[in-house]
Amino acid sequence: MTLTLVVEIVSWMLILAGSAFTIIGAVGTLRFPNFWSRLHAASVSESAGMIFLVMGMCLQAGVTLVTVKLILIGAFIFITGPTSTHAVANAALMSGEKPESDVTGEKASKGET
Amino acid sequence: MVRNFGGFMLRALFTALTLFVLWLLMSGIYKPLIVWLGVASVLVAVMVVRRMDVVADKGRLEIKLKPFAIIGYWIWLMVEIVKSNWAVSKIILSPTMTLNRHHFNVPCTQKTDLGQTIFANSITLTPGTISVDVEDGSFLVHTVSYSDDSLSALADMDARVSKIESAVL
Repeated sequence: MTLTLVVEIVSWMLILAGSAFTIIGAVGTLRFPNFWSRLHAASVSESAGMIFLVMGMCLQAGVTLVTVKLILIGAFIFITGPTSTHAVANAALMSGEKPESDVTGEKASKGET
Repeated sequence: MVRNFGGFMLRALFTALTLFVLWLLMSGIYKPLIVWLGVASVLVAVMVVRRMDVVADKGRLEIKLKPFAIIGYWIWLMVEIVKSNWAVSKIILSPTMTLNRHHFNVPCTQKTDLGQTIFANSITLTPGTISVDVEDGSFLVHTVSYSDDSLSALADMDARVSKIESAVL
């Protein structure tokens, strides 16, 4: 009885946290000024949002086949998410979208190619 | 064409077994007809994989990683993801939204393609840093919150990824 209550509370906390991160990512995507910084905002929904939501849903489903499927979905997004982000970033670089830099002077020259 | 027949049979058997377990976990309906359909599709899949092996016999992915070190790395990566998510979320929600965007090269010391992929994906997976381009021996990384220890933090991640590659190489 108490255990189910604890599982229920933890899973809903995870689901709420995941939803919050997904919304924060969406807000960031709108607020950030240009393409490159928006990519970073989008990856907040993709990593924390996705992980917390899947974990919360796993706890909701319990020890069932649904949990196995959720874990597999999570594993696939874990690998394909960053890969597609990289693909988008690389395509932008290839088509001439120059990454901007807010760092000026001596620090910038240290990190530049 | 298949030099090591025993090894090939073992691999095919292992592939079939893995695929069949996957089918059983995914389907959840254990009527005889469905299970037999599963067996049939596993056989077709193994046949296709075998033919692809013949067509491109050097294209098989070899996973040269330390199985237990991966788990440790994965736990460390999860903590890093949570930390950097928190940092980027704070930037997004702050009224001033102070960005310190920058791009720089990070050297990578992995010996295998798989190791490099894991490193590049780990960079992108932690919000705030994105691997943009691969050059010889280094990645072009774009970050939204550049600071003096950005480089050393990524060098630390690089060393950790290199450590989970197996020493057989």
